[in-house]
Order: sequence, then C-alpha cells, then structure tokens
Amino acid sequence: MTGLFRRVAETGRPEIAITVDGHAVTALEGDTILTALLVAGDRLRFNEFDKMPRAGFCLMGACQDCRVWTEDGHELRACSTSVTPGLRIVTKEVPWTRP
Amino acid sequence: MDAPVIVVIGAGPAGTRAAQTLACAGLRPVILDENQRQGGQIYRRQPKNFTRPATKLYGASAASATALHTDFEALRSSVDYRPETMAWGVSGDMLLTECRGQADALRFDGLIIASGATDRIMPCPGWTLPGVFSLGGSQIALKAQACAIGQAPVFMGTGPLLYLVAWQYLQAGVKPRAVLDTSSLTTRLRGLGGLRRRPAVLAQGLRYMADLARSGVTLRSGIRPVRVEARQDGETLCAGAVVWKDGRGRTHRTECDAVGMGYGLRSETQLADLLKCDFAFDATSRQWLPVTDRDGATSRAGVYLAGDGAGIRGADAAESAGALAALRCLQDMGRPVMEGEMARLRAALKPMNAFRHGLETGFPWPWRHAADLPDDTVVCRCENVTAGDIRRAAGPLDSPEINRAKAFVRVGMGRCQGRMCGLAGAEILAAARGITIEEAGRIRSAAPVKPLPAKIRGVVT
Repeated sequence: MTGLFRRVAETGRPEIAITVDGHAVTALEGDTILTALLVAGDRLRFNEFDKMPRAGFCLMGACQDCRVWTEDGHELRACSTSVTPGLRIVTKEVPWTRP
Repeated sequence: MDAPVIVVIGAGPAGTRAAQTLACAGLRPVILDENQRQGGQIYRRQPKNFTRPATKLYGASAASATALHTDFEALRSSVDYRPETMAWGVSGDMLLTECRGQADALRFDGLIIASGATDRIMPCPGWTLPGVFSLGGSQIALKAQACAIGQAPVFMGTGPLLYLVAWQYLQAGVKPRAVLDTSSLTTRLRGLGGLRRRPAVLAQGLRYMADLARSGVTLRSGIRPVRVEARQDGETLCAGAVVWKDGRGRTHRTECDAVGMGYGLRSETQLADLLKCDFAFDATSRQWLPVTDRDGATSRAGVYLAGDGAGIRGADAAESAGALAALRCLQDMGRPVMEGEMARLRAALKPMNAFRHGLETGFPWPWRHAADLPDDTVVCRCENVTAGDIRRAAGPLDSPEINRAKAFVRVGMGRCQGRMCGLAGAEILAAARGITIEEAGRIRSAAPVKPLPAKIRGVVT
C-alpha cells in the first residue's frame, strides 16, 4: 500500500509506534492520526453508505470525514487528534458487541 | 460588583485581538479554542517540536503571524485560555461547552464570536475519492504537518487561496501539475477596482501567479470541472486525474495523485444562529450572514461578531474587527473606551470591505455549475445525498426551500451539518425550482454544532 501524503520537512522527529488494522505503523511525534495514517496508507475509513474508502477532506475539524475508531471502540477525529505511543486504530467500524 | 464575564470564541486573528483588547481594559476574558494551539487556521501553528521558521510557514504574512503568536503568549497570564474546547450549544445566557469529553456550561455577560470560516465547496463527480482535499486542508497539511497531499497535485477552484497554496507547495519542492481556476480573466478584471484598494496584497497575488508560471506550472482560467477520475492500484483507490473543460468547451485530462479544491470561503455562523441573531441575505457572496453593524454588534445585546465568521474579509481585517468588537462590547457595558481608537479601526476596515467586494467579483463562486451537476454526483459527502436526490426534493416532493429538502432527502443532515454541502445544495434546489438563491434559504443550525461523544461527563446546570 502506498501512502497518499508525502513528508516534505520535519522528518527528524522521534518515532512513535502505533497499530493500524493490526499492522505496525511508524508515526512521528507531533503527527495527527490523519497524517500518520495517510503517510503510511491510502484511507482513514469507509463511508457508511457506499462502503467506499475515504481519507478526510477539510483537515480543520469541520467536515467530520476523518473519523476513525480505536480498537476498544472510541471514535476519534483523526485530523485534530495527535498520535500517542501504543495507539491502536481501526479503519473499519468495530462490530458492536453486547456487554 | 463582580467583573463581567466576557467570552471570546476562537483564537485566530480576530479572537486574539479581541481578547488582547479586553485584557488591556483590565478584564480577564475566557477564550474558547477548538484547536490545540492558538493561531486559528490562517496563522495555525505547527506542533511544538517542529522547527521551521515563520517565513517558511506563512510566506509574506510571516510578520503578522509571528506578532499574533507573540502577543498572545504575552497575554497568557491575563486571559483564561481554554484550548481543545468547543462551544456546541446555547441555553439562555449560557454557552454549552465540551473539552475532552467533559461538559460544562459557561454564563456570559458579553460574547465575541470569532469562529472563522471553512472552504466553500462546489462538488464535482469524484470529489469524495481519497486524495481529494479542500484547499484549506491542503495548506494545513503543509503548514501544520509538513506534508504534501501528494507528489503531483492539481489545485482547482477559485480565489486567492488557490494561488497561495499552489505557490507554497512549489516552495516546499512539490510542483503542482496544474492550477485550474473557474474564474475567467475578464471576470477578474471586473474585480480589479476593489482589489486595487489593497495594492500590496494584489501585488503579492500577482507575484505568486508569476512564480508559478515561471516554474512551468500549468495555469488555466475560465475552466469548468468535469470530474475527478479514480486511479486503482491493487487495493488502492484514489484520485488519479482531473477532467476539465477550458473556456472554449474543449475537454482536457490532467493526471495527478491528489486534488486540492476550494472556491473561496464560507463563514461559520452556527452559534450566531443558535443565539437567535438576525440574518440577512448577502448578494455579493450569495450567502445568508448574521447582521452586524460596523463595529460587529449583532441584533442580540451583548453578542458581537468579528473576523471571517461575520463575512470573509481575511486576516488583516479580522485583527482590526476583533479589537473593534471588543471595544464596542466594553463601551456597551458602560466602560470608558478610546473613541479615537474605534474611529481608527473603522477607517482601517473600510478598504477591506471594498477589497472583499473585489474578491467576490473577481473570483466568484461558480454557482451556475450547480445546475449542471449530473444527477449521480454526491453533494452531501456525509450521507452520499446526490444532486438527483435534491432535485427530487425540489420537484416531486415540492420543497420550497432547503430545510424542507433536508427533511425529505437528508441533505445537510449528516455529521458536518451542511458545512460542506449546504451552499451547493441550496443552489441545486434554487435552479431546479427556478427560484432565487435567497428564496432557497439557509440550513438552520442545530445543537450540537459539531458531533459530541455519546458519553459525556459532567452535569449541565
């Protein structure tokens, strides 16, 4: 999978290990979740209505098209949430299980 | 008597100067900022561990950006700054807020809303593909994350931001494949009268265009977007080309790996709407905007608007308008203010109004495109409501205005609440019914103005 984004500067930052759909992804300190996922890959989520891939749009917290899930089911807005060590993201909605 | 509680929403150019003015008058304003760091969008700051100098980030506006950031840092001890805090609703004279899942309610005596703007979007087939971003978003990727949206982007739309973003990408070593402007050269000449009111800004824009042309970037004006085509490579599905028509109607196809699109800006007006401020139709921008007087006072006592959230005039105007709204707020509270300073700020804003008119005339919102969008074009990207769905609401379902259409086919009902689709949706409805855009109306705001976590802590009193 090729990434959509390309880093053009600020590449000397400390690395942060996160997990995306079970795969290890190396992000850099200060990355948003959106940046980390789009440098490494080509999508953030799938639209609920046509199941097609989406990769965000406005990057400023307005369009809400960059929402991803953590493995334990929390929804995050990828463009305005920074990566943290050990973050585990899924790009597909976690099936709801009865408690 | 307790000191009055003045709340400033937003910490961009307008919000920062408003807060500074209030602090200078001896008050301690509360600043609610959705972002992690002060600066707003145009002067958005990079994360603390990034090292690029301001000249790399803000180009010709570096000095203004730096001054805004430095002045804010000097204010820190005299304001109650609340980052990552969203004002999502209103109840009487209380603002309902949320910060990292914690709910709160904040009573105010005075409120200055400096909520800014987002890109104004005209959809086209394929605009929901991965790799298509708003122009503002393309700039944020570069400015705040040191990333390009692709290696060979096309920038499409209209307005000064189109050329600024393309130029910034070029400076960062990413050569745009093309800059495609829907406004024609003749149209732009018509805007020149207003644009000339700010000669330095006009000259800067012309310099960006000249630099792009000299570097061999394809610049085309008077174009019409046809569609963004997908590129499929194994499991990857993303933007691969832009198909567009030139002024003579000939079709072109430009290969690319990303698209940045935007057609000027639209004001964020939801909170003014929830506060029941009066709105009026603005023929220049074809948008419904909150009514303010020359100082930013709204129809509701104690509520003021400043910056692009009150109409698009840009960052320099926002700084003056923020300070002016704060002075007016103080004056309305019976506090002494320097009348001379208010007069100076009003005078400073005058050429900004003419310039704004020049921008809207020279780089107009291509509203006529809406009527020609194919029926299967997605307009609402949240819920995939199409142009055909909106036409069905306009015709067979007989919706006289956009809120009825929203009820019938859910245009503007999704998570973004019509921020991306509302203006284009109203244009499609107006064209389908043969009514004016003014008659098509505006999507009524509803709380929460942005999604809240389903599980939110705290009691709203």
